[in-house]
Amino acid sequence: MIETLNLLLEGFTVALQPLNLGLIVLGCTIGLFIGAMPGLGSVNGVAILLPLTFLVPPTGAIIFLAAIYYGAMYGGAISSIMLGIPGASTAVATTFDGRPLAMQGKADKALTIAAVASFVGGTISVLLFTFFAPPLAKVALVFGSPEEFALMLLAFATFVGLGGDDIPKTIFSVCIGLVLSAVGVDIISGEPRLIFFDISGFYHGINFLVLAIGIYGIGEMLWTVEEQTKAGGRSMLSDATITLARTLSNLKDILHAWKALLMGSLLGYFVGILPAAGATPGSLMAYGVAKQISKDSHNFGKGAVDGVAAPESANNAASTGSMLPMLTLGIPGSPTTAILLGGMVIWGLEPGPRLFVDHQEFVWGLIASLYAANLFAVIINIAFIPAFIGILKLPFTILAPIIFVLCLIGGYAPTQDLHDVWLMIGFGIMGYLMRKLDYPLAPAVLAIVLGPLAEPALRQSLLIDNGSFAIFFTRPFAAPIMITALVLLAVPLIRPALRLIARN
Amino acid sequence: MRKAELLMAIAMACLSVYFMWKSAELPIGWIPDEGPGGGAWPFWLSVIMLGCCGVTIYRWFRKTGPIASSGQVYMEPKVIVDVGLVAASLVVTVAAFYIIGVYGALPLFMIFYLKIIGNHSWRLTALVSVLVPVATFMFFEVALKITLPKGYTEPAFYPIYRLLL
Repeated sequence: MIETLNLLLEGFTVALQPLNLGLIVLGCTIGLFIGAMPGLGSVNGVAILLPLTFLVPPTGAIIFLAAIYYGAMYGGAISSIMLGIPGASTAVATTFDGRPLAMQGKADKALTIAAVASFVGGTISVLLFTFFAPPLAKVALVFGSPEEFALMLLAFATFVGLGGDDIPKTIFSVCIGLVLSAVGVDIISGEPRLIFFDISGFYHGINFLVLAIGIYGIGEMLWTVEEQTKAGGRSMLSDATITLARTLSNLKDILHAWKALLMGSLLGYFVGILPAAGATPGSLMAYGVAKQISKDSHNFGKGAVDGVAAPESANNAASTGSMLPMLTLGIPGSPTTAILLGGMVIWGLEPGPRLFVDHQEFVWGLIASLYAANLFAVIINIAFIPAFIGILKLPFTILAPIIFVLCLIGGYAPTQDLHDVWLMIGFGIMGYLMRKLDYPLAPAVLAIVLGPLAEPALRQSLLIDNGSFAIFFTRPFAAPIMITALVLLAVPLIRPALRLIARN
Repeated sequence: MRKAELLMAIAMACLSVYFMWKSAELPIGWIPDEGPGGGAWPFWLSVIMLGCCGVTIYRWFRKTGPIASSGQVYMEPKVIVDVGLVAASLVVTVAAFYIIGVYGALPLFMIFYLKIIGNHSWRLTALVSVLVPVATFMFFEVALKITLPKGYTEPAFYPIYRLLL
């Protein structure tokens, strides 16, 4: 313990050098804006700015990239809350309650909670990272395909409750998201699959952002147009304001959400360290679990504080967590850490167990920089909140076309194919029509994100045990997760039957 | 609302059947030494989707659930006009990307929305319609090197590329 603290202290002397400190501030700011832009996430920011790092020494370069990663995690929440469009997949869950809060004129509250939750999640995870890195890395290695699939099923199970009482529509929503995620090329046989009407655009699959921006961007805006028409054309998207007193009151609200914050941080960190999982499943699962454990669960989806705090703490915790297998084992936990890994290899910093011995100064400098990046990111984020609120105060008929433009460009940017923009508009219109009939759409977005992870995990697991599902119930880590998932899935299905029995 | 619920459930059931048919183009059963066929995952999920639609239709006949028993109107005529106008303007804008490109279509969309739907002044309309495409170009094309579609206007951008990229 004392040795770790000494090493961390040495790390701070590296991280707090003026050049590195400047890179942390710059990286957090750039990351914040890239993360806030629909269609662009930390992976784009880190990839685009990777060549810039050749201008500074290796440690500074990786610190800069890690700061962008961190800043983007904070920034993703901004467009989720303000525009209802997830800035990145990691911020999808933040939309569910952040957006309703903004619509109620409490955008400042949602933004403050998101920033502080990100800070708490980030700090807890860096502490865990500092003190428990090697043993946790070993746990991550135990996770194989059966455990991964059980974890994905658990994520779906925790989400079945999202659709309120309409279970068939919720299950439909999950399944359609999973089917859409299967469009493209079958990753195991390499054959084209679900190429509708032989349109070539389907060969590259359906990016989750196309569905997410369609539903939460276009669909949400059409919904708001309807609300405006019904209300006789009143003109503001949100009448949020920000004052010191309101900010202090918002901070007080965060204290009440301590349970969601702590759970989100721990769950996010653990999911983050699993290879190939990353921050998106982490934040979605944290939202689902927060809904199950919160006293305020009936308010989820309508603007619950816990519903913002849990996923935001989880996605930052997971982003730190995903660095753990990268540094200790050389296995990236997310696409962004894969690029960071590439950056390290370019600099001759070979990740793996030897890294902690051979390049102590670099490793502890990076860990210390994560503490600093966390602090600066929250300060920068909170400092920009008044500006974000100012944007929301624009009349709806000015903001709406700008949001539509962001949606169109955001849908085009990831694949640079207009086919995706057409799909996005189609999803938006369908999403709007289905929402009017109480079809919950959040589970579809969750499913399209997790589908590409869940399907290969299931197929590989079945292949290992020659087609038997027993593999999910005989392994020490998979079995408890699987049983929990099945129980959670069964509860809403059994509930109507129990109600019927009670009535009779 | 009731009619819309039934129509949507039938449409989604048809979509599920279509997904099942498309999935079955690949093997949906067990392949020795290879595991489940490539079509198995989407096929069985589509079967579940079809089942869910069946439950929704059954509930519609039983008039159970808030939507199936609702007497409200699904969409008022004024809402159809307003939402339809916005949706149609988006479709026209994306179609125009192929011909006049993003930087021709976006200003037209902005002018339509701000002037015709929003009834704002010409000065504000002109300002926003110029600023938004310029900011889009600077952020996506110059800073992030993401090229947006320009249709037949592409040659007009060559001098700007030489200057900024």
